[in-house]
Amino acid sequence: MRMAYYPGCSLDGVGLEFNLSTRAVSKLLGLELWEIPDWNCCGASAAHTRDQLLALALPARNLALAEQEGLDVAVPCAACFNRMKVTELATRSSKETKDAISELIELPYEASNQARNLIDVMANVVGLEKIKEKVQKPLSGLKVACYYGCLLVRPPEITQFDDPEDPMSMDNIISSLGGEPVYWAYKVECCGASQTSALPKATVPLLHRIFQNAFENGADCLAVACPLCFINLDMRQGGVKKAFQGSYNLPIFYFTELMGLAFGVSPKELGLKKHFVDPMPLLNSKGILTRANAGREAV
Amino acid sequence: MVAAAQHPNIEILTYSEVEAVDGFVGNFQVTIRKKARLLDESKCTGCGLCEEKCPGRATSEFEEGLAKRKSIYKPFPQAVPNLPVLDKNSCRLFTKGKCGVCKKICPTGAIDYEQQDEIITENFGAIVMATGYDLFEWQEVYGEYGYGKYPDVITGLQFERMNNAAGFTGGKIIRPSDGKEPKTVVFIKCVGSRDEAKGKAYCSRTCCMYTAKHAHQVIEKIPDSQAIVFYMDIRTPGKAYEEFAQRSIEEGAVYVRGRVSRVYQHGDKLIVKGEDTLLGKPVEVEADLVVLATAMVPSRDAKAIAKVVGIGTDQDGFFQEAHPKLRPVETHTAGVYIAGACQGPKDIPDTVAQASAAAVKVCSLFSKTEMATDPMVADVNLAICSGCGMCVPVCPYKAIELVPKAERVNGKQIERLVAQVNSGLCQGCGACNAACRAGAINVKGYTDDQILAEVDAICL
Repeated sequence: MRMAYYPGCSLDGVGLEFNLSTRAVSKLLGLELWEIPDWNCCGASAAHTRDQLLALALPARNLALAEQEGLDVAVPCAACFNRMKVTELATRSSKETKDAISELIELPYEASNQARNLIDVMANVVGLEKIKEKVQKPLSGLKVACYYGCLLVRPPEITQFDDPEDPMSMDNIISSLGGEPVYWAYKVECCGASQTSALPKATVPLLHRIFQNAFENGADCLAVACPLCFINLDMRQGGVKKAFQGSYNLPIFYFTELMGLAFGVSPKELGLKKHFVDPMPLLNSKGILTRANAGREAV
Repeated sequence: MVAAAQHPNIEILTYSEVEAVDGFVGNFQVTIRKKARLLDESKCTGCGLCEEKCPGRATSEFEEGLAKRKSIYKPFPQAVPNLPVLDKNSCRLFTKGKCGVCKKICPTGAIDYEQQDEIITENFGAIVMATGYDLFEWQEVYGEYGYGKYPDVITGLQFERMNNAAGFTGGKIIRPSDGKEPKTVVFIKCVGSRDEAKGKAYCSRTCCMYTAKHAHQVIEKIPDSQAIVFYMDIRTPGKAYEEFAQRSIEEGAVYVRGRVSRVYQHGDKLIVKGEDTLLGKPVEVEADLVVLATAMVPSRDAKAIAKVVGIGTDQDGFFQEAHPKLRPVETHTAGVYIAGACQGPKDIPDTVAQASAAAVKVCSLFSKTEMATDPMVADVNLAICSGCGMCVPVCPYKAIELVPKAERVNGKQIERLVAQVNSGLCQGCGACNAACRAGAINVKGYTDDQILAEVDAICL
């Protein structure tokens, strides 16, 4: 299995753990990730507020480079994914747009390939069966609230994967790892991440209701698939707890980190040391790291 | 219903389905499947012993899935005819092969497990379609209300059953999850109506009024209760309608103008999050029960029966009237009339008015010995018609058939097939005219020659 890989700017900086864990689990699953050479910023959050054509051209260049290789693109970041899908659909729907984009990026682009979010790749390209096979340290006993965020599955006509109100693909992945996804109400509510630096006080109540609901439904931790959600949930949790006197302590994981842990990859390799909310006490208390290699024994 | 059943000139065929309709206005041959009740109607006295003793259980359709019924059952207490029917899918004898209690207990020996469906064909002069409506399947699309996962999120029709003194709760409003009396009831209007993204573009017309009634009933029946209605607009056109809705508000129903964005379970409460667009602020309500005013949609089989009868449907599947203003109870097929919500969402007074109009249309049709029809109908030039039959399947009114025609050719008597138009059925739509390869069919008044002459007059 081979796919083009577009890490995007976040995964080179604040979301480094996402990058490390994605590469680690893909290797174990036999998914070859071909990083798009000389990839550029997708323009998310800024470009489409300035210039519609620029907002389409930026992701189009990356998609066009992957198209030359004849590969679909695996995209970990929710915002990059969203922009790429917008570009893909705009290109397919109008020849004028397609020509304008091709002229700007100086590359032919037909949108014959497609961008796929990493959750979609893991759940539907790699497949849950394959994931189950690779599990060595099942996450049994770990209650995970899967947080998809507002952007990953919306708008549905653009993202075209999973349910916009009650998505289940990440929950299914966690189940395949032996973990227990909890049923909760805030899996697609906004965390306010776009305001996390500009107006932190606006995000605090949004974050609190997410944490509170996950906590009340018995979650030990949250799994996310978006670097911006991750930072916001992870970095601001201390402040939110202080503001609302919250009694929760919910480590945040990229879902790929949980996959890595279940596959027996060491926390260091996955970048778990970089988290603000230290996940180690939870992992130790559940005995996940010291767990016997159940998968290997079976083989 | 009872009065109709007892009328000497009215025959009611319940538990029956129309399988085929042939013929035309004044002379319809209708094939009807009388489904097997597994019960001899002439012997059954409707005593109800079988229903009482039946050990089989199934979900009650009439109680909107909120209660159970027996496998042999009367759909509801006032059913006409007041006879039970045996449901094979839940009957122990048919599913497990062992039971037969009803047969043993029946004092008149009416139960007949071997009974088969009966096909009857009868002639009728006119047909009135009154197939009603179903509720929009909100569970399929409204994830924000929980996709039907929460037992205490119900539809207005379910609320109506609870509220009914003859219903399964005896008229007590309860929460389906724990049977407790709800104190805070949230009503959400326009679920599926006026929602082009997820539901239907049209307004279902009745919801504003029944929600006002439901809110009134909550306040009246439950002490210290609160009824909160989320609405887009309050649409109450009709005699004394607005006054009724205002009365609910005066009684204490809280109307919040805005859509609900999410409903979720929190302990034994339901949290309803929405927006008050008049305040411009998000609101959150802890509710015990949420009632959805779901859109009216055509009954599930409406499209199929429209095909059988040969009438058209609109983009939403409602039966198409011949003219939205001037012929609202007629269809394009002569002799077929429509009444009630099968034509579009409607409340009771409108339905009664339309049904009365349809009945009178039938009376006026039957009162004459000859029928005046539109003269602009299709006409076949038999000399050119090759009998290819292309026109037969394109006719939406089944007005064309191929008939043999005897003629002399080169001194010999031969017989060939030609198209024949039934002028009583033809509505002059011109489909056959366009389909005819030989140019043999023309609509009178709009013949090819006439149209070409018009074109010439404009262009030359």
